[in-house]
Amino acid sequence: MSVENSEVVDRYWAKTRSLTILVLVLWAIFSLIIPWFAGALNSMSFLGFPLGFYMIAQGSLIVFVLLIFFQNWRQDQIDDEFGFVEEEEG
Amino acid sequence: MALIQGRFIDNIGRVYGLYTGGFIVFIILMAILEQMGVSANTIGILFVAFTIAIYALIGWLSRTMEVDAYYVAGRQVPAVYNGMATAADWMSGASFVALAGGVYFGGYGYMAFIVGWTGGYVLVNSLMAPYLRKFGCYTVPDFIGTRYGGNFARFCAVVVLVVASFTYVTAQINATGTIAARALHIPFSVGVWFGLLGILLCSMLGGMRAVTWTQVAQYIVLIIAYLVPVIWMSNVQGFGIIPHFSYGGAVERIAELEAEYGLAKALEPVAGVAVLTTPHNAPMGGMDSWKFVTLAICMMAGTASLPHILMRYFTTPSVRSARKSVAWSLFFIFLLYFTAPALATLTKLQLLDPTLPTAVIGKAFEEVQALTWVQNWQSVGMLAVVDQNGDGFVQLNEFFMRPDIVVLATPEIAGLPYVISGLVAAGGMAAAMSTADGLLLAIANALSHDLYYKIIDPKADTAVRLIVARVLLVVIGAAAALIASLQLTGILGAVAWAFCFACSGLFFPLVLGVWWKRANTQGAIAGMIVGFVTGSAYLYYVYNGGAPWIGLDHLRFGIVGMACSLVAQIVVTLATPAPDEETQKMVDATRVPTGPSVLAAGH
Repeated sequence: MSVENSEVVDRYWAKTRSLTILVLVLWAIFSLIIPWFAGALNSMSFLGFPLGFYMIAQGSLIVFVLLIFFQNWRQDQIDDEFGFVEEEEG
Repeated sequence: MALIQGRFIDNIGRVYGLYTGGFIVFIILMAILEQMGVSANTIGILFVAFTIAIYALIGWLSRTMEVDAYYVAGRQVPAVYNGMATAADWMSGASFVALAGGVYFGGYGYMAFIVGWTGGYVLVNSLMAPYLRKFGCYTVPDFIGTRYGGNFARFCAVVVLVVASFTYVTAQINATGTIAARALHIPFSVGVWFGLLGILLCSMLGGMRAVTWTQVAQYIVLIIAYLVPVIWMSNVQGFGIIPHFSYGGAVERIAELEAEYGLAKALEPVAGVAVLTTPHNAPMGGMDSWKFVTLAICMMAGTASLPHILMRYFTTPSVRSARKSVAWSLFFIFLLYFTAPALATLTKLQLLDPTLPTAVIGKAFEEVQALTWVQNWQSVGMLAVVDQNGDGFVQLNEFFMRPDIVVLATPEIAGLPYVISGLVAAGGMAAAMSTADGLLLAIANALSHDLYYKIIDPKADTAVRLIVARVLLVVIGAAAALIASLQLTGILGAVAWAFCFACSGLFFPLVLGVWWKRANTQGAIAGMIVGFVTGSAYLYYVYNGGAPWIGLDHLRFGIVGMACSLVAQIVVTLATPAPDEETQKMVDATRVPTGPSVLAAGH
């Protein structure tokens, strides 16, 4: 990276970092906080499942898949905005 | 050979489409043979032998003498296929064979594996894969060695990698041995070497390129083998065409039955097998929650530090496709992991619910002893039905089973035709082989590239490097098979250890290498050594009967290791000078998807 565009890189990195933090917060909610309270959630029912069981058996997993696809979609937007789009070599 | 060159990449969809179609035709053929009266043993042998022959053929077709192809499959694997290959690489014998059994016996506590082994990919995607891909490394120690500089840092990373991966690969070869022994009717110790032979055929000639294309093939086999029995079983029992969204009733019903039978310990324990004592779905909060979350954290951080997974993302053409392939990896992995609890639940219901014809609990003792599948598994010591209270009926605490057999025995329990059991054996074999391939390659590549080429003999030419890599592959494989044949630990336990080793030593040095520009060599070395040593020491202490500290038992020692690693790295980094200008520029270059990679091709 040459010196003149280091300011652009900093702005790019700030945006990337905010996105990453958002993703990690959502990740922590679905991988740590919800399983922690699975017992309490079991008193509710979802699609015929006890909710706590449903979340750790399926719900959180579905969220993880969607979360990564969302992050990549958003990250691609950021890359495009700053013109950091690579040529596909393969 | 022409099949696998440039044209292969263009025709990849068609090639694997044909392959999948061919495999389905093969299954149908086996079903017809079964109807014609061919014995179950022959069908089992045909399934395992046929699939291994296919993998070996792919391995042979992908042979190469180019460094880039050997280490990173020429960096031209499309995202979706890399996703499948990673999924096969990831889903080991433990996931395929042992996970549903773990949930069956462990209930809520074991679901932490399911959340951990999927949630970890969020960490891989947001913290690691795109940046390591941009870096352009061949191996994980390659990143550590270049980012932090110095052979000592590289060497530490190699040590952690080898210990973690070797622990893991031993468990996988153990799993291949178990399955080969059962399907081919050979002793376990012979099965282990047979499994190793298959694994080497897939990886030795073509390195990463061969492993990639066999792993795609193995994924297709293993996912079909996992989904078909569950869906079939669900249709037979009336839990819907696709059970995943409608087995909630079964969860409730199991809770009722558990209350009715009572979850009591066995009157007399039987060695090697267990009775059900943990409720299917009853988290108690407090310590239960703490144990769940700590196990999940170890598995997630371990996922993001295990080199055989990270190196799969070095094979994609670009940073963007590396990210995309993480997403596809998780999708393909998710297909199996959200099926595992369904399988555990439905199998448990079949055994417990007296209104179903498959039930064994509450039945007369003689009647259960007469079942063929009970006899088969009893004869190999993996199941036991003992009328301990002498009332002539089977109680819940008189039905003993080894957790590892739940998946393998499910088709027989549900009364499905034997062709399904053969399919499941082939799937388990594919899962164990594909992971063992990836791990052996990760170890051999780290030793040949980082230890031999980068540290011992930087002038070695390509041919020598690739020969060294292959010799190491065989030697390490043989060592792992030797240890596996001793059967020191169970499959799931050894796997959890591998994750804890990896996250203790590598998680923070890798993350901070990208996310903290100030991170320097001394800090990284301290992080790796302190994390790895305290983690291992803690494991030694707990495993030899020490009282676990706040519930952190031997499956969770990564928490201790990681905490020490983080503190050590930050303290030592701040106490020593910041890295030089050049290193800081390197970090900047890593963070941006465009521009040349930090390490040139063929380095």
